Amino acid sequence: MIKSPHLRSEAVIEVRGLCNRFGSQSVHENLDLDLYRGEILGVVGGSGTGKSVLLRSIVGLQRPSAGSIRVFGEDLQQLSENARSQVERRFGVLFQKGALFSSLTLTENVALPLIEHARLSRDEAEHLAGVKLALAGLPLSAAHKYPASLSGGMIKRAALARALALDPDILFLDEPTAGLDPIGAAAFDQLILTLRDALGLSVFLVTHDLDTLYTITDRVAVLSQKRVLVAAPIDKVAATQDAWIHEYFHGPRGRAAYSAMSLPKEV
Amino acid sequence: MTTQTLTAHDHSPAATAPGRAGSAVLDTSTTPAQLRIDGDWTLPHYRVLKQQTDALGSNYDASVPVDMSRLRALDTAGASLLVELLGTERLARLAVNAPELPLSSRALLQTIQTALCDYCAPAKEPEIAVGMQLLARIGCAVDKVWTDTLQLLGFIGLILQTVVFNLPRPKRWRMTSVITHIEQTGLDAAPIVALLTFLVGAVVAFLGATVLKTFGASIFTVDLVAFSFLREFGVLLTAILMAGRTASAFTAQIGSMKANEEIDAIRTLGLSPVELLVAPRVLALLISLPLLTFLAMICGIIGGGVVCALSLDISPAMFLSLLQADIGVQHFLVGIVKAPIFAFLIAAIGCLEGFKVSGSAESVGAHTTSSVVQSIFVVIVLDAMAALFFMEMGW
Repeated sequence: MIKSPHLRSEAVIEVRGLCNRFGSQSVHENLDLDLYRGEILGVVGGSGTGKSVLLRSIVGLQRPSAGSIRVFGEDLQQLSENARSQVERRFGVLFQKGALFSSLTLTENVALPLIEHARLSRDEAEHLAGVKLALAGLPLSAAHKYPASLSGGMIKRAALARALALDPDILFLDEPTAGLDPIGAAAFDQLILTLRDALGLSVFLVTHDLDTLYTITDRVAVLSQKRVLVAAPIDKVAATQDAWIHEYFHGPRGRAAYSAMSLPKEV
Repeated sequence: MTTQTLTAHDHSPAATAPGRAGSAVLDTSTTPAQLRIDGDWTLPHYRVLKQQTDALGSNYDASVPVDMSRLRALDTAGASLLVELLGTERLARLAVNAPELPLSSRALLQTIQTALCDYCAPAKEPEIAVGMQLLARIGCAVDKVWTDTLQLLGFIGLILQTVVFNLPRPKRWRMTSVITHIEQTGLDAAPIVALLTFLVGAVVAFLGATVLKTFGASIFTVDLVAFSFLREFGVLLTAILMAGRTASAFTAQIGSMKANEEIDAIRTLGLSPVELLVAPRVLALLISLPLLTFLAMICGIIGGGVVCALSLDISPAMFLSLLQADIGVQHFLVGIVKAPIFAFLIAAIGCLEGFKVSGSAESVGAHTTSSVVQSIFVVIVLDAMAALFFMEMGW
């Protein structure tokens, strides 16, 4: 598998001592995590371990109870409104359910950030939006439809196109391949790899898709017991002595994904 | 010796972006002529690059070799421009033509080229003349009124069928749900209904006092207030308030359930959404609207009484004795008998619009508006017809 050569370079996201509490219930306690430039980091964990909350904390949708999150070396909470917007422009976020604007067509959804932030004219923005939609694997016929009339998989693709609209430095993906057919999911993985290699993207990938984990991630972080249990290349993670991790990577699905990945390499 | 230099000085916001704007230059000083691509081909420079590629588009032919050795940053926006500039054939030979291009950039160009292969600009729909559009809209609106009416009639039939079927089966009355909705639509609305009708009662009394004073007939202000509130205003004001408050709530509740596929879930569980969701709401409003109407009548008359006491020197005791003497009970009955009919229609329209919601959040908003407009419309039209009927009958 392609492992990026510039691993262990500078960290674009540094999470230190993060705590998130909702009332008396705490989701994260003293959580530390780094995302390095140009790497694809898979984040896994059982249901309710706070994967999505972690993602929301990093992109600034959720104010942490304690701890610091530094993005490109700057603490988002400390920045002024304007400076923060500048940093947020370098994020691309793919939400779990797509979160497309239901009153806009797909093209308009993708063109919106281009018009607002890159100051393109409407025609240019819609042309470029078409390119991004094509890149995400959507047929031309879908470009002028509204999200309500599309299938879940198509909405995922359109949401990816919107996340990529501004050619972000960091891409946050919340379960991107859930709901895609295996062919679509494989194409999605390949697209992420191509984009990462060409654009030097850093990717924060929340997923349960073991095939995706084995195919494209450089490192995998396991969330458990309110912190990051281990963050390492997948082989090392799989070898970690922990009941949940063992179950996850060595259960029937984990073994299938592992053998699927290792077979074609030997040819 | 013409070097087409198109490297525009850019004054756009992109000028603040890091890196140097890229350029595409057709260099004819060498033989053969060469297309030189250099600098950053990224989104911040998109406008400048787009101008250059547009200008170049017609000026060079496919045989011109390309030099990409000085191309620096490349993102999807720049790559899409390059793909359009270079064309399929040249991109296919990229590995030979531009060995200096990093593998990753080549992969990006290839990916975008494949993606764009079967993706061309959509054909614009032909413009339709304004007059025709107007006609079409009128036609659509008329058709919609017709289908809406048919749907409402069908839905009313469905509700009646469900209610009649469940009447001898008390176990299926969903009392918990009915009580909740009585609380939400009746009890919670009582303060606002009381306050508004009190104020309107006072206003009617003021108007009556002013006009009737010129005839020396101020005493008939009492009759005016009592007459108007018992026969019309009590039920009409309450019904309009309920149309705004309750019909919209019903539409939004059922609509978001529909958008969330909860209605489909109810169906697949073998249950009836009309029995589960609609019947309790209709029943609750059938109970609470007459009660609120009664409250509205009382409060309106109190409002009139307060004005009479303060500005016309008609004491509350005299006010009451006049009421007793002049106003027969049939006026109260004429008013209150309309309440259950309005209640049924408001609830039916609110629920039906909820079921019409399709998927998106925007649709929930549109149907909520529509349910309020329709129910107010129906209430006022029916009230006008009822007023005519009762007058003709001399009730």
